[in-house]
Amino acid sequence: MSVAFYLIAALTLAGGLAAVLLKNTVHCALALTVAFAGLALLFLQLDAQFAGFAQILVYIGAVAILVVFAILLTRGSDTPKDGVFSQSWLVGLVIAAGVFAVLGWAVIESVRVLPQETATPAVTVHDIGNALVGRYVLPLEIVALLLTAATIGAVIVAMHEKERSR
Amino acid sequence: MAATLDQIFILLRNWLTGFLPGALRPVANVLLSVVAIVCVFPGLFALTTVFERKGLARIQNRLGPNRVGPFGFFQPIADGIKSLTKEDIVPSSANAAVHFLAPLVLVVTVFMGFAVLPMGRNMALVDMDAGLLFFFAMGASTELSVFMAGWSSRNKYSLMGAMRAVAQMISYEVVLLLSSVAVVMISGSLSLEKIVDAQSHFSGIFPNWYIFTPWGFAGFVMFAIAATAETNRSPFDLPEGESELVAGYHTEYSGFKFALFFLGEYLAMFSISGLGTTLFLGGWSAPFSFLTWVPSWIWFFGKVMTSIFVFIWMRGTLPRLRQDQLMNFAWKFVLPFTLLDLMDTALWRFMGEGWQRWVLCSAILAGAFAMMGRLGMRKKHFGPRSYRYAE
Repeated sequence: MSVAFYLIAALTLAGGLAAVLLKNTVHCALALTVAFAGLALLFLQLDAQFAGFAQILVYIGAVAILVVFAILLTRGSDTPKDGVFSQSWLVGLVIAAGVFAVLGWAVIESVRVLPQETATPAVTVHDIGNALVGRYVLPLEIVALLLTAATIGAVIVAMHEKERSR
Repeated sequence: MAATLDQIFILLRNWLTGFLPGALRPVANVLLSVVAIVCVFPGLFALTTVFERKGLARIQNRLGPNRVGPFGFFQPIADGIKSLTKEDIVPSSANAAVHFLAPLVLVVTVFMGFAVLPMGRNMALVDMDAGLLFFFAMGASTELSVFMAGWSSRNKYSLMGAMRAVAQMISYEVVLLLSSVAVVMISGSLSLEKIVDAQSHFSGIFPNWYIFTPWGFAGFVMFAIAATAETNRSPFDLPEGESELVAGYHTEYSGFKFALFFLGEYLAMFSISGLGTTLFLGGWSAPFSFLTWVPSWIWFFGKVMTSIFVFIWMRGTLPRLRQDQLMNFAWKFVLPFTLLDLMDTALWRFMGEGWQRWVLCSAILAGAFAMMGRLGMRKKHFGPRSYRYAE
C-alpha cells in the first residue's frame, strides 16, 4: 500500500462519485472516464501492463465514446425537471450495499482460503498472447464468433431501419 | 567516432546527470529525456508549419510566407507571439470547465505516445513490453478530447465536426490496429524496440524492412491511409472542412487554446509517422548496409520528416472526400483488404523461406486489389472524362 495506490484510489473513487452525483449527463460520462483511467492506473501499478492498456483502449477509447454518443443521439445532456435522482433511491442503496457486502466478504475470505503469493508473478504480454492462442483458443474463438454475430446483427438492424423510412 | 555520434544524446544525458548523486540519477535521466521530447517535437512542429505553408504555396503557384526573417522562416515565432497575446474568448453558453480541459487532454495524450517510440539506437524513453498497445491506448484517448471540445463549445458546427471526427477516427482506428497486427505476427513482439531490431539486419546491401515484402507493402499502404484519416489530414479533413463547418470542433477556440489544438494535431502527425516508420520502414536502421555509420537518430527523423513531406504533398494534391465516400472507403475497401492482408501475412509466416511465398502472397494481394477495384467501380457507370471550359 504505497502513496501511489492511495492517490490512484482517491482519483478513481472521486471519478466514480462524480459520475453518480453530477447533474449534467455528459459530465457524468466524462467523470466515468476518469474512473476508468484510475482503474487502468491501478492495473499498471500491479504490473499488469496488458490489462491496464487494454482497459484504456477498450473503456476510454470505445466504451466512453459509445456512452457520449448514446447520450447525444437520444436526448439532450440537460438536466431533467424532476431532478437526476431516481424515486427508488432507497432500494438502489440497499442493493448496492448488498453487492458491496458480498464482494467485500469474498475478498476478505480469499485472503484466508487462497495461498499467499510471496513473489509477484511475472506475467509478460508474450505469455498472455501464447495462452490466448494456445490453451484458451476455444473461448477466444467463441468470443470472436459472438462478436461477429453481434456485428452482423447491428448491420441488419441498420438496414431494416433504412427500408422502413422510405 | 561514428559510435559516439550515434549515442551522442545518451552520452550527453549521462554526462549531465553524472553531476548528481547516484540515487537521483535514474529520475534525472527520465526527466531529461522527457524535457528533450517536449522540446524537440514542438520545435519540429514550428519548422513543419513553415515548410507546409511554403510547400503548399509552391504547389499552388504562390510565394507563401516571406516577410518574417530570411525567406519567411521566422514566421512561426511571429505566429506564436500572436497566439499568446490574442484574447482568449470563451462563448458565454460554453461549458467552461470542459472547454478548458479539451486542448490539454489532447496535447497530453499525444505527448504520451512519444514515450515508446525508439528514436534511435537505445533512444526510447521506456522500452515497454506492450509498447504498441500503449501507443494505441493513448491514440484512442485523443478521440475523447475531440468530443469534449466539440460538445463544450455549444455550437452546432463544433458538435457536427466533433461527431464527424470521432466517427472517422473510430472507423479508421480499426484499420490502423489491424494493419499493425500483421507486423506483430511476423516479429512476434509488441515491443517497438524488438520490432525495429527484427528489421535492422541486411541481406546483401539491402535492408530487411517489412515494407519490402508483399504483405508489408500492402499493410503499409493501408496503415498510411488510416494514419491520414486518424490525424484528420487532407483528403480526410472533413471534420474541419471550412466550406461546411467553419473549422470543425475547434471553431470556438481562440488564442493559445487554438494553438494547442494546432500543436496537438501536428504532434499526432509526428507520432503516427514515427510509428509507421518503426513498424514498416525499419525505424532507426539505415537503408543500405554501407550507410550504417550515419547516426541512427538521423535516419529516424529523416524518415519521419519524409512522411510529413508526403502528408503535405497529399494535402496540396488531393481534393476532400465526401462523408459517405469516407465511410464506404473505410468499411468496404480498406477494412476487407486489411483483413486479407492479415491472412496473407499468416500464409507468409508459415510457407517458410523461398521464392514461392513471394509469388503466391504477391499474387493474392494484387488479384484481390484488382478484383475489389473492378467490383467497386462496376455499378458506378463513369463515362469518359469530359472537360468544360469557361467561355
